[in-house]
Amino acid sequence: MFAYYFELGLRSLRRNPVLTALMVMAIGFGVAASMTTYAVFRAVSGNPLPDKSGQLFVPQIDNWGPQSRKTGGDLPESLSYTDAMALMHAHKAVRQTAIYPVGFTLVPVDPSSQPFAVNGYAAYADFFAMFDVPFQYGSGWQGVDDDNRANVVVISNELNQKIFAGANSVGRGIQLDGRDYRIAGVVADWDPRPRFYDVNNGSGFGDAPDVFMPLTRAIDLQTETLGNNNCYGTTGQAPGWDGWLHSECAWISLWVELPDANAVARYQSYLEAYAADQQHAGRFHWVPNIRLSNLMQWLDREHVVPKETTVSLVLALGFLLVCLVNTIGLLLAKFMRRASEIGVRRALGASRRQIYTQFLTEAAVVGVAGGLLGLLLTAFGVLGISLVFEPEIARLARLNVSLVGFTLLVSVAATVVAAFYPTWRAARVQPAWQLKSN
Amino acid sequence: MLQIKPVLAALKRHKAGTVLIGLQIALTLAIVCNALFLIQQKVTHLSRTTGIVESDLLTVGSEWTNASGVEVGSLVRTDLQTLRQLPGVADVGVSYGYPLRGGGWNDGVSTKPDAKQSAALAWRFFVDDHVLSVLGAKLIAGRNFRPDEIRVVDSHNLVTPAQLIITKALADKVYPNQSALGKPLYIAAATSPSTIIGIIDHLQGGSASSWSDAISDYVVLEPKLLTDKSNAYLVRAQPGQLSAITKVVRTALFKTNRMRIIPDGEGEGAGVRSFAQVREQAYKSDRGMAIIMSVICAVLLIITAAGIVGLTSFWVSQRRKQIGVRRALGATRGDILSYFLAENFLISLGGVLAGIVLALGMSLWLVMHFETQRLSLPYVLVGVLLLLLLGQAATLAPALRASRVSPVEATRST
Repeated sequence: MFAYYFELGLRSLRRNPVLTALMVMAIGFGVAASMTTYAVFRAVSGNPLPDKSGQLFVPQIDNWGPQSRKTGGDLPESLSYTDAMALMHAHKAVRQTAIYPVGFTLVPVDPSSQPFAVNGYAAYADFFAMFDVPFQYGSGWQGVDDDNRANVVVISNELNQKIFAGANSVGRGIQLDGRDYRIAGVVADWDPRPRFYDVNNGSGFGDAPDVFMPLTRAIDLQTETLGNNNCYGTTGQAPGWDGWLHSECAWISLWVELPDANAVARYQSYLEAYAADQQHAGRFHWVPNIRLSNLMQWLDREHVVPKETTVSLVLALGFLLVCLVNTIGLLLAKFMRRASEIGVRRALGASRRQIYTQFLTEAAVVGVAGGLLGLLLTAFGVLGISLVFEPEIARLARLNVSLVGFTLLVSVAATVVAAFYPTWRAARVQPAWQLKSN
Repeated sequence: MLQIKPVLAALKRHKAGTVLIGLQIALTLAIVCNALFLIQQKVTHLSRTTGIVESDLLTVGSEWTNASGVEVGSLVRTDLQTLRQLPGVADVGVSYGYPLRGGGWNDGVSTKPDAKQSAALAWRFFVDDHVLSVLGAKLIAGRNFRPDEIRVVDSHNLVTPAQLIITKALADKVYPNQSALGKPLYIAAATSPSTIIGIIDHLQGGSASSWSDAISDYVVLEPKLLTDKSNAYLVRAQPGQLSAITKVVRTALFKTNRMRIIPDGEGEGAGVRSFAQVREQAYKSDRGMAIIMSVICAVLLIITAAGIVGLTSFWVSQRRKQIGVRRALGATRGDILSYFLAENFLISLGGVLAGIVLALGMSLWLVMHFETQRLSLPYVLVGVLLLLLLGQAATLAPALRASRVSPVEATRST
């Protein structure tokens, strides 16, 4: 029976090629616009660490005071060196790491090749275990290396390919900015999107890091942060590196691992107590203000999903809605034109249910055709995304199996939903009236 | 004279179709006028001027692998000499920060020391004595820096400069209604003042992002060479020589000294960029948004027009007999034509009225969630006119067909 309805549907669609083409185009364009923008939205709004995101937290401490928020700002998004170190030394979480972005230069031994930049992060040993970093060779450095401020690094698979042609380089040396470091491990391909632990500095979608080194060592070497350095009320800041280090400038991120609700509550009260201590000590002249956000809350707070992405998704969905309203109208015109045919079928014994099945099948055929067109247009759209969005975001949006399936599903479902009203009208046709008027 | 009553009576019998066209027009209006408004904002945003002569200008970013402190000063001087000797180069300056660079350094400035609340947030460009003329920025008062005023410092030991040059916009902001020339200015945490020795007509800040729109025209130039930041050489080419210089500049610098990094590529991080590329990359997302909105608007209008054509054609074919009767009773072709146009006009009118409400609601939602500006009324009016015209144009073809229905149709049975 279904095959028969399918054939009827095809035949009816062929009868008004212009009307059919209009409907297919409307569905195709609507679906393509929505799917293209959705591909981008999905790429930037995902959970980068689904298994652990509920256990990873970012503390914020108000070290600038309410005065700094007069112009509508929020708590500083990073910590000052003073606060970051205090929290690290307190060791109140299961694991914790302070992080800041660093950059070095690497001069190849071969004099004919040009030096290149090596970017990465200064962090603590816990970084690798906290974020489930996979290793190709070796492992992260040990906690004792943090304490000893050791010259040790973890490098990326890509950098390992570049310098050691992919061989196991654990234990070998590497020279950054003219200083020697021992390689403790080589990270397997690992680049969570967005790069949640550094969204306060970049878009979260930039190139993967090449190197990680102990933060304690990086500080000893007076390694500048490559990220944001936000200062407020720097009056009285002593000049030089130490002056900056002990200033209220905020530039270090801190991440803590808290396995359960109890641990979260304990850490929260520890933070409150810490801020209160600072107030008593005379450093903060205001009521303690702290905040603890988990990973997804943090991404939300940092607006990782760009404004453009959401606005275009909303516009595209509105566009799809217009296309659907358009389709409802056209289907209505199409179905009601066949009132006499329906009358005959009903008079010959077709039930309302059968009319429903017939017309919804016809609509589904339009949906499939629209979906195929939509798929083609989505493919073009995904190619053209780099016109609109930053290249690092655009290259995340890809046409994969799930997007193809979803596109077809959306267009068929949308068309069938759009067909409900016209079909209902068609099924209500009174056979007697139609036969008489003929 | 148009007969509104029969049109309304007919529409009552086609409630569903009427509502659908009206709804489609309303939604289209809501989306189109918001999109037009956003397009206009993007276009205004990316048509701002930088205050410099943008053609024949090249930016070259180079970082030293190992050098620091005073050493950087002499290395940079050697580079400048190398670059100035390249054929086709008119002049070269070195600067940390230039218009549309894509980020940089900003700080509060104030007219009094220890001001808790600074007078303005401004971009800090650290320049040598060549930069002003290389960029082609117009000095409207005072003088440029002298070579002996340029200090070689690192960013953690920024001594307060004795002299500053600021933009007119900043001058008017910190010293309203008086000349800022010769007046003191405190930068960031400075405890001693710097003197404003020059005022430039206009210079845009280091970023095109909308977060910096408020401070876009506030720039402070300091006579310094930063030894620990990524400086850029700004190269002014003689007319027509830009591409020739672009080809050789990298090799020339590496020949002078290999221990440096000039990033490859074409993107924002690339080492060698013409200013045309700098501008293009700075406004990439603005331009992209404007394009995507225009495409969405155009396709949306086409689809809405197509929908109107489809439904009106259906109505015409449904009413052939009635049209025949009217024609037989003496209605002219013009009467039939104006009947359908009037019908569409009534539906469109209802649609745009609902659409205005939707458009304002959508704008309000955008304002609340994305801090965009409120939709201004002229855009709604333009949208309304556009859709009314579109409706009439889309109805014209089916209505003309209707007007050609022969009175004989009245005698046919279907």
